[in-house]
Formats: sequence, C-alpha cells, structure tokens
Amino acid sequence: MVERDIDFKVFRYKQGGAAPAYQTFRVRCDENTTVLVALQDIRRDQDGTLIMRHSCHHASCGTCGMRINGREELGCVVKVFDLNTSTVVVEPMRNMPVISDLVVDMGPFYDRFNSAGMPLMRESEFLDEADVAEGLEAYMRCENCIECNLCVSACPIMGTDPTYLGPAALAAAWRVVEEPRGLDAKPLLDWVDSQNGCWRCHVAYECNEACPSGVFPGDKIMSLRRELTKRKFRRLFGR
Amino acid sequence: MGPFHAVIIGGGGTGAAVAHDLTLRGMKVTLIERGELTSGTTGRHHGLLHSGARYAVKDKESAVECIEENTILRRIAPGSFELNDGLFVAITDEEVAYSSEFIESCQECGIPVRRLTHTEVLAREPNVNPAIKLGVQVPDATMDAMRMPLRFFATAKHNGATIKPYTEVVDFVRRGNAVSAIRVRDHTSNKEYEIGGDIFINAGGAWSGRIGAMVGVDVPIRPSPGVMLAVYGRLSNMVINRLHASGDGDIIVPQRALSVIGTSSWVVEDPDNLGLPEDHIQMMIHFGSELIPAVRTAKFRAAWSAARPLIGPRGADTGRELSRTFKCFDHIDENVEGFVTITGGKATTLRGMAETTANVVCAKLGLAKPCQTREFVLLPHTAYYV
Repeated sequence: MVERDIDFKVFRYKQGGAAPAYQTFRVRCDENTTVLVALQDIRRDQDGTLIMRHSCHHASCGTCGMRINGREELGCVVKVFDLNTSTVVVEPMRNMPVISDLVVDMGPFYDRFNSAGMPLMRESEFLDEADVAEGLEAYMRCENCIECNLCVSACPIMGTDPTYLGPAALAAAWRVVEEPRGLDAKPLLDWVDSQNGCWRCHVAYECNEACPSGVFPGDKIMSLRRELTKRKFRRLFGR
Repeated sequence: MGPFHAVIIGGGGTGAAVAHDLTLRGMKVTLIERGELTSGTTGRHHGLLHSGARYAVKDKESAVECIEENTILRRIAPGSFELNDGLFVAITDEEVAYSSEFIESCQECGIPVRRLTHTEVLAREPNVNPAIKLGVQVPDATMDAMRMPLRFFATAKHNGATIKPYTEVVDFVRRGNAVSAIRVRDHTSNKEYEIGGDIFINAGGAWSGRIGAMVGVDVPIRPSPGVMLAVYGRLSNMVINRLHASGDGDIIVPQRALSVIGTSSWVVEDPDNLGLPEDHIQMMIHFGSELIPAVRTAKFRAAWSAARPLIGPRGADTGRELSRTFKCFDHIDENVEGFVTITGGKATTLRGMAETTANVVCAKLGLAKPCQTREFVLLPHTAYYV
C-alpha cells in the first residue's frame, strides 16, 4: 500500500495558556488513513496533550466535526489522500466556544436543538415492501441528524447573529411538523416563525453542503417557510 | 464525615454505568476520561444490543447476561434502540444441522427464538442471500452506541456526579498499601492536580491493563480488535447474523441510513495502535456479501478498528476463544487496597457490570445500599450537555 508523509497544521489552544496558534506535525499516512486517525496518531506518537472529540469512527455519532482545509467535515470519514494536499489544516468548528484544541463546547448547540423536541426514532422507510417481523409494529430506526454541529459551523448567518436558531434546530423542528408522531406542531411553528427563526436564513445552503448525514437542513428551512406561508394564506381566507 | 468518594478512571460505557450506580447508592463520584467520553471502544463497536443468541451455544454465561441486560436496557433507555430484532440465517447444510443445537441453547438461556422458513425470511428481508435455507428471529437490536452510554453520564451528572473528560491519570498516590489519590492532567489547560478518594475504580476497558500496571497490579486483559465496514443504505431492517459458531464477517447491523458489517478478531499489545488491515476490510466485503449480496456493490462509507477488552491469559492469539463475560477484580489479593478493576464484558452488559462493581465497592466500604439501576429510567443523552 502506498504511504506518504503528510503535514498536519493543527489549531492549538489551552485554557489559561498562550494565545491560540497552529502547530504542524508530520504523519505517515496510507490510503486508508483518515484525518481522525492521523490526529490520533499525533496524540499517540508526538503530542499526548492534543485533544479532539470522537467516538464511532463511521459518521454515525457526529462527535468528530471539525474544519479540514477550511471545510466542515467529520474527521472519521475524510481520507487524507483524497484531500490532495501536502499540508492539511485542521481547525475546530466555528460559531461555538472552543474549550481546547479541536474541542468545542456543544452546550449552545443543544440549548437550541433540544427546544425543537424532535423524537430520536422514526419509522424506517428502507425496504418498505418487506413484511415486518412478528412482534414488531413497524421497523423503527434512529433519525438522520447526528447532532454534529457541522451545519451550524458552516452557516454564514450563525457567525454574525448568535440569536439565530440555526440550521440544525430548524431542521429538527421541520421533522416534527413533517411527521408529528403524536406531538403538537403548532407551538414549534410559532417558535420558528420569527426574526431569528426560519426567516433569518439567507439561503446560502452552506448547511446542505456540510451535512454528512443526508438531513439537508437548508431544504428543511425552506419547507418550514412554505408551511408557514400556507397556514397564513389559510387564515387569510378563513379556512 | 461526608459520603464516601469513588473515583472512576475511564469514560466509556462501563465507567458511565458505574458512575450512575454509585451515585444512586449515595456516594460522591468523580469520573475522569483522558479523551472525549466514549472515545475508546464504546461508541466505536458494532452498535449491537445482543440478545445473547450469538453466545448461546459456547458461552452460556455471556448469553444469559446478555438477555437479562437486553430486557433491562430496553426498559431504562427507551429511544436508544432501533426496534428491528435480529435474524440468524443458515446457508449451508452444516448450518441447518447446527440450527437445532442453536435454538435449544437459546431456549436454555431464556432467549426467545422463532424459526422462520426460507420464504418467511425472504419476505422479511428481501436483500438476504436467496440461497438461505432457514432463519431464526431473536430479540437483537441496533443500539445508538454513543448516545446510550451518554444517558448514563447524563443521569449520573444530574444526580451529582462530577464527570471530567480530557483528564488523564498520570500517577497514583499511595498511603501504605492503599491508593489514596490519583494525579491527573487536565488536557484543556495542561494543569496537573490530585484527586483524593476512598476507592479508585479502573474502568479502562482495553486500556485497563495499562492503568493496572501504573499501580503494579496484573489485569489479565487482551485488547482484541476487530475491523468493521460501514456502507451507505440499510441493506436489511433486522440485524443479520450467520447461523454458525462465531467467525469473521458474519454480522450486518443496520444503523441509521448505514449498514455496518463486522467483524474480525486478533490480539494486540497496544490498544492505541490497532491498525486497519486492508485484507480484513476485503474479508468484510467477502463474507458480508454471503449474507447480503448487495454488500459487494454498496457505496463505501467508512472502515475502522475497535478493541474489545477481553479477559484471558497471555498467549491467546485470535481472541475468539476468550469468553465475552466480565470480571471485577479487587486488587487486595495483590495487597493493594482501595483499588478495583472492572473489565471484559460488552456494551450490552454495561449496567450489570456496574452493579457487580458497585456491590464489590459497597462491600469493601461497609455500605449497605442496594442497587437501584434495574428500574431507574435514564435521562435523554441531550441532558448531558445542559
């Protein structure tokens, strides 16, 4: 297997220490090496104080969101050679407080996301021609959103207006409107129908681009707008 | 004198469940983890809530643990498991012959089973290899491997536990033959400090041998990695297993909008250096496509290794022969007081592992508090962050 040395220019910051700075590490990579694995190799072999978030290593948990060469990515599914650069720049996500190195504080994300109250399970739409196994009412699966915050990091509005609800929370709200699963969508529609709700989006669709999990938050924001417009018209015409 | 202070080293599923259990028993709890929570083996495993069927023939102790904990976890962590059940499929005549022993063993372990004909299997799982001869439905399920344990952390935290990620143990402080404190480094600030306590619990999983060595005790742990491959699309609704004595590439776990094929097994010395053997990735495609032919054409998403913390003597070479059960070691038998290790086991049995550990800890401290975790419904994972 082909191996190459790649330089990783990594954002470093420790609380109470020096100002944030970049530090470069050289790592031997092969065709299978992901950015996350390279960062772990740095921690093991070169600097045990480098910290990052990670868990599942296959884009199912959403913890290893970071900026790689200026793009929002999950480090676990970006192969280093696919980047085609001899230096890979790795930075924490934007629009979130940095705790240290590549670790951001996810608190503000969950403050907004929890308000949408989206159930975490949905009826599976895969292989829907199949008989359901005895004893089950329907095949239930986990929702697509993995709460990685990449859409929030990529959103140009989030950077200028911290009161904006942001793509992840708005997409979660749409899931409830689209498939209420016994919940009342009305209060959620009222919540997103505001200056800092779905009307704040400038339709840059950076969130769609960044989403690693097929949620397409930008599309969901537009769906919310259509639903609100529809309801306003209905009220206007007394229906 | 205030409550006893328990210090847990290791922020995977085991540490999470121990923190929850001891907090409910009224102890002061501090947990440290050198990286992000669930960044070791927890979260990176297959995401299978075991029914125990996989172990029923050869490892009854593990199988019984699994079905008991499977039932409890569904009760205390609703929403962390996809409702999809599992299916063991027999392809060869040998596997058909094995199915009787398999079904009997499951029944002996209390695992509900339902035998399905060729036609019934394909009606439920149209992508499964049409050459299959029969199937057996069991109460496996897909778990959210990161968020399920995070609920234990969330609940422990809301009940008063202190959870410190990015905090690594660098040394143990002894008074006589007892561990009296640990010295830790906070990687968010590079500051070192001491945490004193009455009891120290090594919940390092595949790293528990290394932590034990810092104290000078022997933890007979064999880090035993396996390779997993994730492809786009749910190729099945149920968890699909090969109906045979366990082997490589014999399980496909659908997860969200992905399918995860696993796994292999070997043994390493350093759990931080697992590697990712290319031939094992190819093996997942080869054997996985025997279960579901579409594996061969499905789009690649990720391949990775994760280290099981298996208990066993040095010298085991594939890891397959080691039991999947867990053990709690009180290191007083090596003349070290105030230090216990919980290791082995699997994500499905995390709560049971914690109960056993907490029982050992309470007995050592003379604390007569019963376990409450069997009925205690956990907070959602999002509560960890707020």
